[in-house]
Amino acid sequence: MSRAQPSGPGGDDARRRRQRREPDARRGSFDAQILQLGEALRAEGVAIGTSELNDAFAALEQVRWTAPGDFRSALAATLAKSPEDRRVFDLVFERFFFRAAEAGALRHEVREADGDGITGGERIELENLRDQLLQAIRDGDDAAMRDLARLAIAAFGRRGEGSGVLGVDVQRIRRALGLRSEPGGPVQHGEAGVDGLPPLTREQVRRFEAHLRRELERAQIERTQALPPSRPLTDLDRALPTGPLQDLAAVHRVVAQLKRRLATRGHETRGHRRHAHVDVRRTMRASLQTGGVPVVLKYRPRRPRRPELYVLCDVSTSVTSASVFFLSVLHALHDAFRKMRSFVFVERISEVTGVFERERSFRAASEAISKDAGVADVSGYTDYGRVWSEFLTQVEDDLHPRATVIVLGDARTNGRDPRADVFARIADRAGRTFWLNPEPRLYWNYGDSVIATYERFCEAHECWTTRQLEDFVKALTRPAWD
Amino acid sequence: MSALPTTVDDVAMGLRAAGYLPGESTALVSYLAARLGKPVLVEGPAGVGKTELAKALSRYLGRRLVRLQCYEGLDEAKALYEWNYRKQLLRIQTEADGTGWDAVQDDIFGEEFLLSRPLLQAIAADEPVVLLIDEIDKTDQEFEAMLLELLSDFQITIPELGRIEARTHPVVLLTSNNTRELTEALKRRCLYLWLDYPATDHELQIVRLHAPDLSETVARKLVEVVQQVRELDLKKPPSIAESIDWARALLLLGADDISQDVFRETMSIIVKHRTDLDTVAERVGVRLVA
Repeated sequence: MSRAQPSGPGGDDARRRRQRREPDARRGSFDAQILQLGEALRAEGVAIGTSELNDAFAALEQVRWTAPGDFRSALAATLAKSPEDRRVFDLVFERFFFRAAEAGALRHEVREADGDGITGGERIELENLRDQLLQAIRDGDDAAMRDLARLAIAAFGRRGEGSGVLGVDVQRIRRALGLRSEPGGPVQHGEAGVDGLPPLTREQVRRFEAHLRRELERAQIERTQALPPSRPLTDLDRALPTGPLQDLAAVHRVVAQLKRRLATRGHETRGHRRHAHVDVRRTMRASLQTGGVPVVLKYRPRRPRRPELYVLCDVSTSVTSASVFFLSVLHALHDAFRKMRSFVFVERISEVTGVFERERSFRAASEAISKDAGVADVSGYTDYGRVWSEFLTQVEDDLHPRATVIVLGDARTNGRDPRADVFARIADRAGRTFWLNPEPRLYWNYGDSVIATYERFCEAHECWTTRQLEDFVKALTRPAWD
Repeated sequence: MSALPTTVDDVAMGLRAAGYLPGESTALVSYLAARLGKPVLVEGPAGVGKTELAKALSRYLGRRLVRLQCYEGLDEAKALYEWNYRKQLLRIQTEADGTGWDAVQDDIFGEEFLLSRPLLQAIAADEPVVLLIDEIDKTDQEFEAMLLELLSDFQITIPELGRIEARTHPVVLLTSNNTRELTEALKRRCLYLWLDYPATDHELQIVRLHAPDLSETVARKLVEVVQQVRELDLKKPPSIAESIDWARALLLLGADDISQDVFRETMSIIVKHRTDLDTVAERVGVRLVA
């Protein structure tokens, strides 16, 4: 069915919208489905306004509804406008129309030929099935994968054997087929890795698992004659398929932005606040253009002030999970700022500026730090009080109001004296002091966390993802007076 | 006004004829942009052909490309319009004494004294154009806010002159490398297109299109190597443009296979950081035949 009805921008839009508000016997139910899809997306946190939905309808006017790819792309282009949203959209779209189709099938009592869906797997040879499956997965052939998933379910998941929990069944069938995923590495498949073909990637296996899950679910719906309750997406579903190392690139990106902001922000405000010096020579030269009348005043260029950073990074065991993230922040900062000194600390403090200046690669730098940074940790427990005093002794003379101090740590003192007075002195001497805490705000000030003590002297931010780092960048570059 | 495309396939074919191989949704979104008259926000990693898409669209639609390259600190005077105040000043100076202020004022705030910058050019053009606002993420949020009027209503308000409305409807593309989150207001006015690195076959077609003399086997191997390199953790993964450069370099060198030696000598075309070079040599280079 071709609906390529050209409509001028504006014009009959309004009329179309009016029509839509009245329930229409032919199209009403489909429009309602789209609206429900919008609702489902909103429930997952995708910001969809009425204007987005209007755009979606306008876009659907222009494409063939019968081509699934076009239909989906048109909706995606109008509804999901960031990579994260796109990911959520893909998941929700799949689920939504799967459920809608199943609900329709139930309502109209459409059933597969024999009772409970999938049979006929008894005669399949395992080897044959696996070979075909590997081929299909490699080719990314969705239709074949779906058929083979059904066969696999028939072969391994006969009634009675299923555990009733979809996730468990999916993993059981995957294992029975010999599709193994190696932690972190590419996925091997039994002994077949020697046949010269590249091993399957994690993403490819995941795609097959999705088919498997869907077919299992379909069979379950057939059996029970009811849709299971819908569940919201988990954070795991939502996460973009990235490794920790791609996060490194993300950190670098955020820090590059931090640098730009720091460099330009001050710039704008300076002009308003202080008087500028006129460069007489250049003003005279410029006045030649206007017949000797000095219309354009030329000012002496004001060198942008380079922010000086002092960064202290906790590398003790309580922040192990976060310290890779912190070290990568440190590493990225070093790439971006010239005047920067960095320190790592556990029980005592040690300066690692040299390490980062020497080592351009993150891996080498973090190895060097763990080997010979000389963090004298007798107990392995952080001693913030001592760290402050040592830091102050080392840099007291260099700290000045234009310096920025950033502390990366969880503020867990292990019951030792937090020495907030020394920290206050540091914060006092430095221009601005920030604290990035790798713990969710919920855990702050519980147990031995004393972040509240320090928060009086600095601005504390929750920071354990790149997104939060970005928020920090925004806060950091916000003018001081708001 | 040049004719609008009537089907998605038209756009796909047109872009192909203009030397750009569109991916799955690229043709569709371009088609929607032309039909609905909405701007498109194109995001994706560096070097996947975001800017190239705009150029190809302008070639395909036969429209002039007006390009605004964004950077930090870009302001209205550089993007929209500026009063040519030197000229205004001279105009006032040459004025006879008796002329009243009103007459002069009417005079000096006319179009004659207006320096139009890319955005105003795109709006005021007699022929429809393709407007490319490149790397919008490099600008400040204030600049984005200024774009809103232009993107939703295709008009610009100049206080002294009034509103300038678009005579024709430009196709607008905004590109972003996703270095910062753009404002919701801007996104709401745009269609969204996410361009990612292409799949092997698609990239092979692209390379073959731009280096048609390279043999099929070498081209395929080249694309496979590039794809492997992209999977490594690099500071800057190779872009499509770099695959094409590499293909052309191999063509010049007359290489009939990508061996370890050839790879070692030419890999600086696709990898541009010292640390990345080491990683790639270690992880990909050794897998090739000696």
